[in-house]
Amino acid sequence: MNKVFKGRVIVAGNLKGEALVSHRGFNTLASFQKSLVTRAKIARCSDQDNKDLYQKVMTGKILCLPQTVGSTTGGMVILTVAQMGLHPAAMLFSKPIDSLAAAGIIMTDVWLNKKIITLDSLGDDFLQTVKSGQLLEINEEGEVRILDS
Amino acid sequence: MKETNMELTAEEKEILEGKKGETLRKVMETIVRFGQAFGAHRLIPLTHRPHLVTSFGANSIKPYYAIINELIASRLKTFDLFTVDPRPFDYENLPVTLIEKILFSFIFGKQKDYEQQLKKLGLENEEAFTCACYLPEVGNIPHRGDILAWSESSAVVYANSVIGARTNRNSAGIDIMCNIVGKAPEYGLLTDECRQADWLIELKTKKLPNAQILGSAIGLKVVEEVPYITGLSEYLGSELKPEVLDYLKDMGAASASNGAVGLYHVENLTPEARDFGRKLLKPNIKTYVIDDAELERVYQSYPLLWKKPARKPFLCFIGCPHLSLNQIEQWVNRLEEELQKRRLKKTPVPVILCSAPGVIKEFKKNAPTGFKEKGIRLTAICPLMYMNNPLCARKPIVTNSNKLRTYSTARFFPDEEIIRIIFEGLQ
Repeated sequence: MNKVFKGRVIVAGNLKGEALVSHRGFNTLASFQKSLVTRAKIARCSDQDNKDLYQKVMTGKILCLPQTVGSTTGGMVILTVAQMGLHPAAMLFSKPIDSLAAAGIIMTDVWLNKKIITLDSLGDDFLQTVKSGQLLEINEEGEVRILDS
Repeated sequence: MKETNMELTAEEKEILEGKKGETLRKVMETIVRFGQAFGAHRLIPLTHRPHLVTSFGANSIKPYYAIINELIASRLKTFDLFTVDPRPFDYENLPVTLIEKILFSFIFGKQKDYEQQLKKLGLENEEAFTCACYLPEVGNIPHRGDILAWSESSAVVYANSVIGARTNRNSAGIDIMCNIVGKAPEYGLLTDECRQADWLIELKTKKLPNAQILGSAIGLKVVEEVPYITGLSEYLGSELKPEVLDYLKDMGAASASNGAVGLYHVENLTPEARDFGRKLLKPNIKTYVIDDAELERVYQSYPLLWKKPARKPFLCFIGCPHLSLNQIEQWVNRLEEELQKRRLKKTPVPVILCSAPGVIKEFKKNAPTGFKEKGIRLTAICPLMYMNNPLCARKPIVTNSNKLRTYSTARFFPDEEIIRIIFEGLQ
Protein backbone atom coordinates (compact mmCIF):
# COMPACT_ATOMS: atom_id res chain seq x y z
CA MET A 1 0.00 0.00 0.00
CA ASN A 2 1.16 3.51 -0.78
CA LYS A 3 2.24 5.46 2.28
CA VAL A 4 0.53 8.85 2.76
CA PHE A 5 1.73 11.86 4.76
CA LYS A 6 -0.25 14.99 5.57
CA GLY A 7 1.31 18.44 5.82
CA ARG A 8 0.28 22.06 6.09
CA VAL A 9 -0.30 23.83 2.76
CA ILE A 10 1.88 26.89 2.13
CA VAL A 11 1.41 26.93 -1.67
CA ALA A 12 -1.27 24.51 -2.89
CA GLY A 13 -1.12 22.37 -6.02
CA ASN A 14 -1.41 18.93 -7.58
CA LEU A 15 1.75 17.28 -8.83
CA LYS A 16 3.39 13.96 -9.60
CA GLY A 17 7.17 13.93 -9.62
CA GLU A 18 10.49 12.51 -8.50
CA ALA A 19 11.71 12.98 -4.93
CA LEU A 20 15.10 14.45 -4.11
CA VAL A 21 15.87 14.10 -0.41
CA SER A 22 18.17 16.17 1.79
CA HIS A 23 18.39 14.88 5.34
CA ARG A 24 20.30 17.95 6.55
CA GLY A 25 19.33 21.61 6.36
CA PHE A 26 19.29 22.73 2.75
CA ASN A 27 21.67 25.66 2.25
CA THR A 28 19.89 27.57 -0.51
CA LEU A 29 22.70 29.92 -1.50
CA ALA A 30 25.43 27.25 -1.42
CA SER A 31 23.25 24.81 -3.37
CA PHE A 32 22.32 27.20 -6.22
CA GLN A 33 25.40 29.44 -6.21
CA LYS A 34 27.26 27.75 -9.06
CA SER A 35 24.19 27.49 -11.26
CA LEU A 36 23.50 31.20 -10.72
CA VAL A 37 27.05 32.32 -11.51
CA THR A 38 27.39 30.08 -14.59
CA ARG A 39 23.79 30.79 -15.71
CA ALA A 40 23.16 27.08 -16.07
CA LYS A 41 20.13 25.68 -17.85
CA ILE A 42 19.60 23.03 -15.19
CA ALA A 43 20.59 23.48 -11.52
CA ARG A 44 22.87 20.91 -9.95
CA CYS A 45 23.53 21.20 -6.21
CA SER A 46 26.87 22.92 -5.57
CA ASP A 47 26.88 22.57 -1.76
CA GLN A 48 29.86 20.31 -1.05
CA ASP A 49 28.74 19.89 2.56
CA ASN A 50 25.45 18.28 1.50
CA LYS A 51 26.38 14.67 0.78
CA ASP A 52 22.77 13.79 -0.14
CA LEU A 53 22.46 16.35 -2.92
CA TYR A 54 25.92 17.40 -4.10
CA GLN A 55 26.01 17.51 -7.92
CA LYS A 56 22.47 16.14 -8.24
CA VAL A 57 19.92 17.85 -10.49
CA MET A 58 17.42 19.90 -8.44
CA THR A 59 15.41 21.52 -11.26
CA GLY A 60 11.88 20.12 -11.54
CA LYS A 61 12.32 17.69 -8.63
CA ILE A 62 10.26 17.43 -5.46
CA LEU A 63 12.77 18.59 -2.89
CA CYS A 64 12.21 16.90 0.49
CA LEU A 65 14.06 18.58 3.34
CA PRO A 66 13.87 19.47 7.03
CA GLN A 67 14.32 23.27 6.60
CA THR A 68 16.59 25.64 4.69
CA VAL A 69 19.68 27.13 6.36
CA GLY A 70 22.41 29.66 5.61
CA SER A 71 22.58 33.23 4.35
CA THR A 72 19.62 35.59 4.71
CA THR A 73 19.83 36.10 0.95
CA GLY A 74 18.13 32.65 0.75
CA GLY A 75 14.69 34.01 -0.14
CA MET A 76 16.08 36.13 -2.94
CA VAL A 77 17.96 33.11 -4.29
CA ILE A 78 14.72 31.10 -4.50
CA LEU A 79 13.05 34.02 -6.30
CA THR A 80 15.95 34.23 -8.77
CA VAL A 81 16.18 30.51 -9.58
CA ALA A 82 12.40 30.45 -10.08
CA GLN A 83 12.64 33.27 -12.61
CA MET A 84 15.46 31.41 -14.39
CA GLY A 85 13.37 28.22 -14.42
CA LEU A 86 15.92 26.36 -12.28
CA HIS A 87 13.68 25.81 -9.24
CA PRO A 88 12.38 22.55 -7.82
CA ALA A 89 8.75 21.85 -8.73
CA ALA A 90 7.83 21.43 -5.08
CA MET A 91 9.37 21.75 -1.63
CA LEU A 92 8.25 19.40 1.13
CA PHE A 93 9.43 20.33 4.62
CA SER A 94 9.42 17.78 7.41
CA LYS A 95 9.60 20.60 10.00
CA PRO A 96 7.70 23.92 10.09
CA ILE A 97 8.94 26.08 7.22
CA ASP A 98 11.78 28.51 8.03
CA SER A 99 11.58 32.24 7.36
CA LEU A 100 14.12 32.30 4.50
CA ALA A 101 12.35 29.61 2.46
CA ALA A 102 8.91 31.07 3.20
CA ALA A 103 10.08 34.47 1.97
CA GLY A 104 11.39 33.07 -1.32
CA ILE A 105 8.41 30.82 -2.02
CA ILE A 106 5.81 33.51 -1.23
CA MET A 107 7.68 36.24 -3.17
CA THR A 108 7.89 33.87 -6.16
CA ASP A 109 4.13 33.31 -6.05
CA VAL A 110 3.15 36.97 -5.51
CA TRP A 111 5.73 38.77 -7.67
CA LEU A 112 6.51 36.24 -10.43
CA ASN A 113 3.14 34.52 -10.45
CA LYS A 114 4.98 31.17 -10.36
CA LYS A 115 4.10 28.44 -7.94
CA ILE A 116 6.56 26.23 -6.12
CA ILE A 117 4.12 23.82 -4.47
CA THR A 118 5.02 23.81 -0.79
CA LEU A 119 3.93 21.81 2.25
CA ASP A 120 5.49 21.90 5.70
CA SER A 121 5.28 20.03 9.04
CA LEU A 122 5.21 16.62 7.31
CA GLY A 123 7.05 15.11 10.28
CA ASP A 124 10.39 13.39 10.85
CA ASP A 125 8.91 10.05 9.76
CA PHE A 126 8.31 11.49 6.28
CA LEU A 127 11.96 12.36 5.81
CA GLN A 128 13.06 8.97 7.16
CA THR A 129 10.70 7.15 4.79
CA VAL A 130 11.03 8.98 1.48
CA LYS A 131 14.02 8.17 -0.76
CA SER A 132 15.56 10.08 -3.65
CA GLY A 133 14.23 8.79 -6.97
CA GLN A 134 10.84 7.66 -5.62
CA LEU A 135 7.71 8.86 -7.40
CA LEU A 136 5.56 11.15 -5.24
CA GLU A 137 2.04 12.48 -5.71
CA ILE A 138 0.99 15.73 -3.99
CA ASN A 139 -2.58 17.04 -3.83
CA GLU A 140 -4.12 20.41 -2.98
CA GLU A 141 -5.22 19.22 0.45
CA GLY A 142 -1.60 18.81 1.52
CA GLU A 143 -1.29 15.03 1.15
CA VAL A 144 1.86 13.37 -0.14
CA ARG A 145 1.64 9.81 -1.44
CA ILE A 146 4.76 7.74 -2.01
CA LEU A 147 3.75 5.78 -5.10
CA ASP A 148 6.54 3.23 -5.36
CA SER A 149 7.21 2.45 -1.69
CA MET B 1 -5.28 36.82 -1.93
CA LYS B 2 -8.35 34.74 -1.03
CA GLU B 3 -8.59 35.18 2.72
CA THR B 4 -6.54 35.77 5.84
CA ASN B 5 -7.03 34.86 9.46
CA MET B 6 -4.86 37.77 10.58
CA GLU B 7 -6.52 40.68 12.37
CA LEU B 8 -5.86 43.58 10.02
CA THR B 9 -6.67 47.26 10.54
CA ALA B 10 -9.05 49.03 8.18
CA GLU B 11 -6.10 50.65 6.39
CA GLU B 12 -4.28 47.32 6.02
CA LYS B 13 -7.43 45.74 4.59
CA GLU B 14 -7.77 48.57 2.07
CA ILE B 15 -4.19 48.07 0.96
CA LEU B 16 -4.77 44.34 0.63
CA GLU B 17 -7.86 45.00 -1.49
CA GLY B 18 -5.74 47.08 -3.87
CA LYS B 19 -7.33 50.43 -3.02
CA LYS B 20 -3.88 52.04 -2.69
CA GLY B 21 -2.40 50.58 -5.84
CA GLU B 22 -1.46 47.17 -7.21
CA THR B 23 2.20 47.27 -6.17
CA LEU B 24 1.43 48.15 -2.55
CA ARG B 25 -1.22 45.41 -2.62
CA LYS B 26 1.47 42.88 -3.60
CA VAL B 27 3.77 44.18 -0.86
CA MET B 28 0.99 43.73 1.70
CA GLU B 29 0.02 40.30 0.37
CA THR B 30 3.63 39.17 0.68
CA ILE B 31 3.86 40.30 4.31
CA VAL B 32 0.47 38.93 5.32
CA ARG B 33 1.05 35.51 3.72
CA PHE B 34 4.51 35.44 5.25
CA GLY B 35 3.08 36.26 8.68
CA GLN B 36 0.37 33.61 8.31
CA ALA B 37 3.02 30.96 7.65
CA PHE B 38 4.37 31.68 11.14
CA GLY B 39 1.04 32.00 12.94
CA ALA B 40 1.20 35.80 13.34
CA HIS B 41 -2.15 37.30 14.37
CA ARG B 42 -1.39 40.89 13.38
CA LEU B 43 1.12 43.33 11.97
CA ILE B 44 2.89 45.65 14.40
CA PRO B 45 4.49 49.04 13.60
CA LEU B 46 8.24 49.26 13.15
CA THR B 47 9.76 51.83 15.49
CA HIS B 48 13.28 52.14 14.15
CA ARG B 49 15.09 52.61 10.83
CA PRO B 50 15.75 49.72 8.42
CA HIS B 51 19.02 47.95 7.73
CA LEU B 52 19.01 45.86 4.54
CA VAL B 53 21.22 42.91 3.60
CA THR B 54 21.36 43.22 -0.18
CA SER B 55 24.14 45.64 -1.11
CA PHE B 56 25.55 43.95 -4.18
CA GLY B 57 24.56 44.55 -7.78
CA ALA B 58 24.99 40.96 -8.96
CA ASN B 59 23.93 40.37 -12.56
CA SER B 60 22.19 37.14 -11.57
CA ILE B 61 19.44 38.55 -9.30
CA LYS B 62 17.34 40.16 -12.03
CA PRO B 63 13.87 39.49 -10.54
CA TYR B 64 14.94 41.28 -7.38
CA TYR B 65 15.85 44.42 -9.37
CA ALA B 66 12.55 44.15 -11.22
CA ILE B 67 10.69 44.23 -7.88
CA ILE B 68 12.73 47.25 -6.72
CA ASN B 69 11.99 49.00 -10.04
CA GLU B 70 8.29 48.33 -9.61
CA LEU B 71 8.39 49.77 -6.07
CA ILE B 72 10.19 52.89 -7.30
CA ALA B 73 7.81 53.32 -10.27
CA SER B 74 4.94 53.24 -7.78
CA ARG B 75 6.72 55.95 -5.72
CA LEU B 76 7.11 53.65 -2.74
CA LYS B 77 9.96 54.17 -0.26
CA THR B 78 11.02 52.66 3.02
CA PHE B 79 9.30 54.35 6.00
CA ASP B 80 12.65 55.80 7.13
CA LEU B 81 16.16 56.14 5.71
CA PHE B 82 18.11 52.88 5.69
CA THR B 83 21.64 51.57 5.91
CA VAL B 84 22.72 48.52 3.91
CA ASP B 85 25.48 45.89 3.92
CA PRO B 86 28.97 46.73 2.50
CA ARG B 87 29.83 47.06 -1.17
CA PRO B 88 31.47 44.02 -2.82
CA PHE B 89 34.69 45.57 -4.17
CA ASP B 90 37.12 48.45 -3.66
CA TYR B 91 39.73 48.79 -6.42
CA GLU B 92 41.51 51.62 -4.59
CA ASN B 93 42.38 49.74 -1.42
CA LEU B 94 42.42 46.06 -2.38
CA PRO B 95 44.90 44.33 -4.65
CA VAL B 96 43.06 43.19 -7.80
CA THR B 97 44.40 42.02 -11.13
CA LEU B 98 42.94 43.06 -14.48
CA ILE B 99 41.28 39.64 -14.86
CA GLU B 100 39.72 39.98 -11.41
CA LYS B 101 38.45 43.45 -12.32
CA ILE B 102 36.83 42.01 -15.44
CA LEU B 103 35.32 39.19 -13.38
CA PHE B 104 33.99 41.61 -10.75
CA SER B 105 32.43 43.80 -13.41
CA PHE B 106 30.82 40.66 -14.89
CA ILE B 107 29.48 39.34 -11.58
CA PHE B 108 28.56 42.73 -10.08
CA GLY B 109 27.70 44.50 -13.34
CA LYS B 110 24.55 46.03 -11.86
CA GLN B 111 26.33 47.71 -8.92
CA LYS B 112 25.98 51.31 -10.15
CA ASP B 113 22.38 50.85 -11.25
CA TYR B 114 21.47 49.09 -8.03
CA GLU B 115 22.97 51.87 -5.90
CA GLN B 116 20.82 54.34 -7.85
CA GLN B 117 17.80 52.17 -7.07
CA LEU B 118 18.72 52.11 -3.38
CA LYS B 119 18.94 55.93 -3.28
CA LYS B 120 15.42 56.19 -4.69
CA LEU B 121 14.17 53.61 -2.20
CA GLY B 122 15.52 55.44 0.87
CA LEU B 123 19.28 54.83 1.27
CA GLU B 124 20.65 57.24 3.89
CA ASN B 125 23.77 58.35 2.00
CA GLU B 126 26.91 57.17 0.15
CA GLU B 127 28.53 56.11 3.42
CA ALA B 128 25.67 53.94 4.64
CA PHE B 129 27.31 50.70 3.42
CA THR B 130 28.30 48.49 6.38
CA CYS B 131 27.14 45.34 8.15
CA ALA B 132 27.74 47.02 11.54
CA CYS B 133 25.20 49.84 11.19
CA TYR B 134 24.85 50.03 14.98
CA LEU B 135 28.38 51.42 15.49
CA PRO B 136 28.34 55.00 16.90
CA GLU B 137 30.10 56.45 13.82
CA VAL B 138 27.36 54.98 11.57
CA GLY B 139 24.46 55.83 13.83
CA ASN B 140 21.70 53.39 12.92
CA ILE B 141 21.33 52.46 16.58
CA PRO B 142 17.99 51.17 17.86
CA HIS B 143 16.93 51.44 21.49
CA ARG B 144 15.85 48.62 23.73
CA GLY B 145 12.35 47.45 22.85
CA ASP B 146 12.40 48.96 19.35
CA ILE B 147 10.68 46.83 16.69
CA LEU B 148 12.81 46.35 13.54
CA ALA B 149 12.70 44.36 10.31
CA TRP B 150 16.43 43.81 9.74
CA SER B 151 18.00 41.05 7.69
CA GLU B 152 21.83 41.06 8.01
CA SER B 153 22.37 38.13 10.37
CA SER B 154 25.22 39.68 12.41
CA ALA B 155 23.26 42.93 12.88
CA VAL B 156 20.09 41.01 13.81
CA VAL B 157 21.80 39.04 16.57
CA TYR B 158 23.53 42.20 17.89
CA ALA B 159 20.31 44.27 17.92
CA ASN B 160 18.36 41.52 19.69
CA SER B 161 21.00 40.42 22.18
CA VAL B 162 23.21 43.40 23.01
CA ILE B 163 20.74 46.25 22.50
CA GLY B 164 17.53 44.44 23.44
CA ALA B 165 15.66 45.61 20.32
CA ARG B 166 13.40 43.10 18.55
CA THR B 167 13.79 41.79 15.03
CA ASN B 168 13.34 38.48 13.30
CA ARG B 169 16.07 37.09 11.09
CA ASN B 170 14.42 38.30 7.89
CA SER B 171 15.24 37.26 4.37
CA ALA B 172 16.33 39.71 1.70
CA GLY B 173 13.17 40.96 0.04
CA ILE B 174 10.95 40.55 3.10
CA ASP B 175 13.10 43.21 4.82
CA ILE B 176 12.22 45.73 2.09
CA MET B 177 8.51 44.81 2.01
CA CYS B 178 8.14 45.24 5.80
CA ASN B 179 10.01 48.54 5.75
CA ILE B 180 7.89 49.87 2.86
CA VAL B 181 4.73 49.26 4.87
CA GLY B 182 6.46 50.17 8.16
CA LYS B 183 5.09 47.04 9.83
CA ALA B 184 6.13 43.45 10.53
CA PRO B 185 4.16 40.30 11.31
CA GLU B 186 4.23 39.68 15.06
CA TYR B 187 5.89 36.32 15.55
CA GLY B 188 9.22 34.77 16.60
CA LEU B 189 11.72 37.11 18.23
CA LEU B 190 9.19 39.95 18.31
CA THR B 191 7.31 38.08 21.06
CA ASP B 192 8.25 37.58 24.74
CA GLU B 193 7.66 33.84 24.49
CA CYS B 194 10.20 33.24 21.71
CA ARG B 195 12.85 35.31 23.49
CA GLN B 196 13.03 32.69 26.26
CA ALA B 197 16.12 30.48 26.22
CA ASP B 198 16.07 26.89 24.92
CA TRP B 199 19.67 26.20 25.92
CA LEU B 200 21.74 26.77 29.05
CA ILE B 201 25.36 27.22 27.96
CA GLU B 202 27.73 26.64 30.87
CA LEU B 203 31.11 28.17 30.14
CA LYS B 204 33.85 26.42 32.12
CA THR B 205 37.07 27.59 30.48
CA LYS B 206 40.23 28.62 32.34
CA LYS B 207 40.35 32.05 30.66
CA LEU B 208 38.25 34.28 28.40
CA PRO B 209 37.75 32.20 25.25
CA ASN B 210 38.25 33.46 21.71
CA ALA B 211 34.92 35.14 20.84
CA GLN B 212 34.85 33.69 17.33
CA ILE B 213 35.35 30.07 18.45
CA LEU B 214 32.92 30.38 21.35
CA GLY B 215 30.26 31.83 19.02
CA SER B 216 30.92 29.05 16.53
CA ALA B 217 30.57 26.32 19.18
CA ILE B 218 27.28 27.82 20.39
CA GLY B 219 25.90 28.26 16.85
CA LEU B 220 26.81 24.74 15.78
CA LYS B 221 25.07 23.30 18.86
CA VAL B 222 21.89 25.38 19.20
CA VAL B 223 21.41 26.23 15.47
CA GLU B 224 18.43 28.68 15.47
CA GLU B 225 17.43 28.32 19.13
CA VAL B 226 18.09 30.82 21.93
CA PRO B 227 21.08 30.22 24.25
CA TYR B 228 21.53 31.62 27.79
CA ILE B 229 25.25 31.78 28.53
CA THR B 230 26.63 31.52 32.07
CA GLY B 231 30.24 31.96 33.17
CA LEU B 232 31.12 34.55 30.52
CA SER B 233 30.45 37.61 32.69
CA GLU B 234 33.19 36.34 35.06
CA TYR B 235 35.62 37.45 32.35
CA LEU B 236 33.69 40.26 30.66
CA GLY B 237 32.20 41.85 33.79
CA SER B 238 28.69 43.22 33.96
CA GLU B 239 29.08 46.46 32.02
CA LEU B 240 28.69 46.88 28.27
CA LYS B 241 32.03 48.69 27.83
CA PRO B 242 33.48 49.19 24.29
CA GLU B 243 35.74 46.13 24.44
CA VAL B 244 32.84 44.03 25.73
CA LEU B 245 30.61 45.25 22.89
CA ASP B 246 33.34 44.25 20.42
CA TYR B 247 33.54 40.77 21.96
CA LEU B 248 29.76 40.31 21.86
CA LYS B 249 29.62 41.59 18.25
CA ASP B 250 32.15 38.99 17.08
CA MET B 251 30.76 36.15 19.19
CA GLY B 252 27.24 36.86 17.93
CA ALA B 253 28.27 37.00 14.27
CA ALA B 254 29.99 33.61 14.61
CA SER B 255 26.94 32.07 16.28
CA ALA B 256 24.66 33.49 13.56
CA SER B 257 26.78 32.20 10.68
CA ASN B 258 27.94 28.85 12.10
CA GLY B 259 24.35 28.28 13.21
CA ALA B 260 21.40 30.62 12.77
CA VAL B 261 21.29 32.29 16.19
CA GLY B 262 19.14 35.43 16.22
CA LEU B 263 19.27 36.12 19.97
CA TYR B 264 21.50 35.12 22.88
CA HIS B 265 21.49 36.12 26.53
CA VAL B 266 24.65 36.49 28.64
CA GLU B 267 23.99 36.18 32.36
CA ASN B 268 24.57 39.45 34.30
CA LEU B 269 25.50 41.28 31.11
CA THR B 270 23.01 41.57 28.23
CA PRO B 271 19.88 43.68 28.93
CA GLU B 272 17.22 40.99 29.21
CA ALA B 273 19.49 38.64 31.17
CA ARG B 274 20.26 41.45 33.64
CA ASP B 275 16.57 42.16 34.16
CA PHE B 276 15.10 38.68 34.20
CA GLY B 277 18.05 36.38 34.94
CA ARG B 278 17.26 32.68 34.88
CA LYS B 279 13.54 33.38 34.58
CA LEU B 280 14.39 33.48 30.87
CA LEU B 281 15.06 29.73 30.85
CA LYS B 282 12.31 27.56 29.34
CA PRO B 283 11.11 24.66 31.57
CA ASN B 284 12.75 21.81 29.64
CA ILE B 285 16.07 23.54 29.12
CA LYS B 286 18.86 21.70 27.30
CA THR B 287 22.41 22.09 28.62
CA TYR B 288 25.71 22.41 26.76
CA VAL B 289 28.95 22.62 28.76
CA ILE B 290 31.82 24.39 27.02
CA ASP B 291 35.32 23.92 28.38
CA ASP B 292 38.74 24.43 26.80
CA ALA B 293 38.76 20.90 25.34
CA GLU B 294 35.38 21.46 23.66
CA LEU B 295 36.55 24.72 22.09
CA GLU B 296 39.70 22.99 20.81
CA ARG B 297 37.55 20.19 19.34
CA VAL B 298 35.39 22.74 17.52
CA TYR B 299 38.44 24.65 16.23
CA GLN B 300 40.07 21.46 14.95
CA SER B 301 36.86 20.40 13.18
CA TYR B 302 36.94 23.21 10.60
CA PRO B 303 37.55 21.77 7.12
CA LEU B 304 40.64 22.90 5.22
CA LEU B 305 39.58 23.98 1.74
CA TRP B 306 43.00 24.88 0.33
CA LYS B 307 44.49 22.49 -2.21
CA LYS B 308 48.02 23.31 -0.96
CA PRO B 309 47.81 23.85 2.81
CA ALA B 310 51.37 25.18 3.21
CA ARG B 311 51.04 28.03 0.69
CA LYS B 312 52.09 31.52 1.74
CA PRO B 313 48.93 33.51 2.50
CA PHE B 314 48.06 36.02 -0.21
CA LEU B 315 46.41 38.34 2.29
CA CYS B 316 44.75 38.46 5.67
CA PHE B 317 41.20 39.76 6.19
CA ILE B 318 40.33 41.23 9.58
CA GLY B 319 36.84 42.63 10.14
CA CYS B 320 33.90 40.42 9.21
CA PRO B 321 31.67 41.80 10.68
CA HIS B 322 33.15 45.28 10.27
CA LEU B 323 35.58 46.46 12.94
CA SER B 324 34.73 49.09 15.53
CA LEU B 325 36.99 52.14 15.91
CA ASN B 326 38.40 50.57 19.05
CA GLN B 327 39.25 47.36 17.15
CA ILE B 328 40.96 49.20 14.24
CA GLU B 329 43.14 51.07 16.73
CA GLN B 330 44.04 47.84 18.53
CA TRP B 331 44.94 46.03 15.29
CA VAL B 332 47.01 48.91 13.91
CA ASN B 333 48.87 49.30 17.22
CA ARG B 334 49.47 45.54 17.48
CA LEU B 335 50.79 45.31 13.91
CA GLU B 336 53.02 48.36 14.34
CA GLU B 337 54.44 46.95 17.58
CA GLU B 338 55.26 43.73 15.76
CA LEU B 339 56.86 45.59 12.84
CA GLN B 340 59.10 47.47 15.28
CA LYS B 341 59.95 44.34 17.27
CA ARG B 342 60.95 42.49 14.11
CA ARG B 343 62.61 45.57 12.55
CA LEU B 344 60.46 45.32 9.44
CA LYS B 345 59.07 48.14 7.31
CA LYS B 346 56.20 46.11 5.91
CA THR B 347 54.09 43.11 6.95
CA PRO B 348 55.10 40.08 4.84
CA VAL B 349 51.39 39.27 4.31
CA PRO B 350 49.16 42.26 3.44
CA VAL B 351 46.57 42.90 6.16
CA ILE B 352 43.15 44.21 5.10
CA LEU B 353 41.17 45.83 7.91
CA CYS B 354 37.47 46.12 7.03
CA SER B 355 35.20 48.66 8.63
CA ALA B 356 32.38 51.11 7.97
CA PRO B 357 33.19 54.22 5.89
CA GLY B 358 32.31 56.47 8.87
CA VAL B 359 34.56 54.52 11.23
CA ILE B 360 37.49 54.62 8.78
CA LYS B 361 37.03 58.37 8.33
CA GLU B 362 37.05 58.87 12.10
CA PHE B 363 40.15 56.70 12.53
CA LYS B 364 42.04 58.58 9.82
CA LYS B 365 41.45 61.93 11.57
CA ASN B 366 44.09 61.16 14.19
CA ALA B 367 46.02 58.29 12.67
CA PRO B 368 49.48 58.47 11.16
CA THR B 369 49.61 58.09 7.36
CA GLY B 370 51.59 55.54 5.34
CA PHE B 371 49.58 52.42 6.10
CA LYS B 372 49.78 51.02 2.59
CA GLU B 373 53.59 51.14 2.69
CA LYS B 374 53.49 49.11 5.91
CA GLY B 375 51.24 46.48 4.33
CA ILE B 376 48.11 47.57 6.23
CA ARG B 377 45.06 48.63 4.25
CA LEU B 378 41.69 49.96 5.33
CA THR B 379 38.61 49.22 3.27
CA ALA B 380 34.85 49.34 3.66
CA ILE B 381 34.09 46.27 1.50
CA CYS B 382 32.46 43.01 2.46
CA PRO B 383 35.28 40.43 2.37
CA LEU B 384 32.71 37.72 1.85
CA MET B 385 31.52 39.30 -1.38
CA TYR B 386 35.13 39.82 -2.49
CA MET B 387 35.86 36.10 -2.07
CA ASN B 388 32.63 34.87 -3.60
CA ASN B 389 33.98 34.15 -7.10
CA PRO B 390 36.13 31.36 -8.57
CA LEU B 391 39.33 33.45 -8.87
CA CYS B 392 39.45 34.89 -5.36
CA ALA B 393 38.18 31.61 -3.88
CA ARG B 394 41.41 29.95 -5.09
CA LYS B 395 43.61 32.45 -3.24
CA PRO B 396 45.17 31.38 0.06
CA ILE B 397 43.51 33.92 2.34
CA VAL B 398 43.62 33.83 6.14
CA THR B 399 41.20 35.51 8.53
CA ASN B 400 40.25 35.85 12.19
CA SER B 401 36.56 35.79 11.19
CA ASN B 402 34.53 32.65 11.68
CA LYS B 403 31.76 34.07 9.48
CA LEU B 404 34.17 34.54 6.57
CA ARG B 405 35.50 31.00 7.15
CA THR B 406 31.97 29.61 7.00
CA TYR B 407 31.02 31.23 3.69
CA SER B 408 34.34 31.13 1.82
CA THR B 409 37.61 29.22 1.40
CA ALA B 410 39.43 31.51 3.87
CA ARG B 411 41.29 29.75 6.71
CA PHE B 412 40.41 30.81 10.21
CA PHE B 413 42.99 31.39 12.95
CA PRO B 414 42.63 33.05 16.38
CA ASP B 415 44.14 36.56 16.73
CA GLU B 416 47.56 35.70 18.20
CA GLU B 417 48.03 32.86 15.73
CA ILE B 418 47.14 35.13 12.86
CA ILE B 419 49.72 37.72 13.95
CA ARG B 420 52.34 34.97 13.85
CA ILE B 421 51.18 33.84 10.39
CA ILE B 422 51.25 37.41 9.03
CA PHE B 423 54.93 37.67 9.99
CA GLU B 424 56.20 34.08 9.81
CA GLY B 425 53.82 32.34 7.41
CA LEU B 426 52.19 28.95 7.86
CA GLN B 427 54.44 26.29 9.32
